[in-house]
Amino acid sequence: MRDNQDIYEEIRNIEIRLLLEAIYQRYGYDFRNYSFAHLKRRIVHRLSSMGLKSVSQLQHYVLHDHDTIQQVLMDLSINVTEMFRDPSFYKKVREEVIPILKTYPYFKIWHAGCATGEEVYSMAIILKEEGLYDRAQIYATDFNQKVIKKAKEGIYSIENIKQYTTNYQKAGGKESFSNYYTAHYDSVIMDESLKNNILFADHNLVTDGIFSEVNMIICRNVLIYFERDLQDHAIKTFLDSLLPGGILCLGSKETLQFSKYYPNFNQIDAKEKIYRKKYTIPE
Amino acid sequence: MDYKAVVIGSSAGGLDALRALLTRINRSFSLPIVIVQHLSPLSDNYLSNYLDNLSDLRVKEVEEKERIEPGIAYIAPPNYHVLIEENRTFALTVDEKVNYARPSVDVLFESAAYVYRSSLIGIVLTGANNDGSKGLKIIKQYGGLAIVQDPKTAYVDTMPRSAMETVKVDHVLNLEEIADFLNKLRGEV
Repeated sequence: MRDNQDIYEEIRNIEIRLLLEAIYQRYGYDFRNYSFAHLKRRIVHRLSSMGLKSVSQLQHYVLHDHDTIQQVLMDLSINVTEMFRDPSFYKKVREEVIPILKTYPYFKIWHAGCATGEEVYSMAIILKEEGLYDRAQIYATDFNQKVIKKAKEGIYSIENIKQYTTNYQKAGGKESFSNYYTAHYDSVIMDESLKNNILFADHNLVTDGIFSEVNMIICRNVLIYFERDLQDHAIKTFLDSLLPGGILCLGSKETLQFSKYYPNFNQIDAKEKIYRKKYTIPE
Repeated sequence: MDYKAVVIGSSAGGLDALRALLTRINRSFSLPIVIVQHLSPLSDNYLSNYLDNLSDLRVKEVEEKERIEPGIAYIAPPNYHVLIEENRTFALTVDEKVNYARPSVDVLFESAAYVYRSSLIGIVLTGANNDGSKGLKIIKQYGGLAIVQDPKTAYVDTMPRSAMETVKVDHVLNLEEIADFLNKLRGEV
């Protein structure tokens, strides 16, 4: 039996696909192979906050109104992150990855999809504490220029600091977390010395290719938003960007296991999803 | 009515409630069950292992892009929202907390309602907040079935009471009755 709700939902799904096509053709941002359930949730919420009845109405504003497209780009990008998110991951980085980086006189790290930069600063703090910061060039990229700007500023709300401090300690922090920021009213400003070797830049994993040849890539909780083929596309970009023996770090629920490029990597830590590109590429 | 999936939300007291419910469900139960239980973001997959050991049903943690299979109870992983795709696979996100929770019951319920529409059963169990109420309302709007744990039998009655205030629910039942109800369903997959 097909009732009205089924037909309504079918039409709404068509409208969402048309909206994604419109955003791509008009602005070049390609969400067409993102998780549909995720996009739909965000778009439906945008409809209700703008008081619109249909996705087609939203499409009109997206195409004609600058503020609406800016808002929708914020809705559709992934902006939630925290300092030392998943402390056990950062602990493992200290134990397993830092000893590898220590063997290099100079190395490059790429944070792909860095959002507002919290995890970039987390890594910078670890490098400082391990005496490796001066050997590092860190690239932090995102497709959303607004969040890149925020990442560059390194100003965060003070209300999260307690959580971040706990995370920092659980991640094996060696100092007092407050050494790395200055509190200013309701905000904290990350220490300038953490920013010296970080280059923030605009890069889209969907539409742009290799960013640079690097020794380590950190891309956590971005691939979960992609459909399988787009995931593989991003993993190929990572594979091509990594030097032989380079490290790839994914989010705790992301895996290379289902990728056709899996044979090109060795697993360093199964739980924390840390991989290393092989020195010789298998046939 | 042919139901195709069951979604369950629980919070404070949920561990005991889920154990009581899942251990009563027959091994032959033929619908997928998807569960959001509020947990500390730093907890591991203890809950799914624990419930899997005690139940006849297979219980496992949701994996990214996993295909939803009948007769399995899936538990949302800590610190991720669970959504359901049109092709009946799972999506995980790290989007903002909803009702101070990630995973959030509302996020699961809403996304499941869009996909399963009138063939979905939503169940709100014990809990000390309002998560699940909005989601259950959407399930009802799409013609699905709304069940709430009898607040008198809930460890904390806030969540079921909130659901009953927000939604005209179909059944208010204790945990044994919910299990009996589910066991009597003949699922079409």
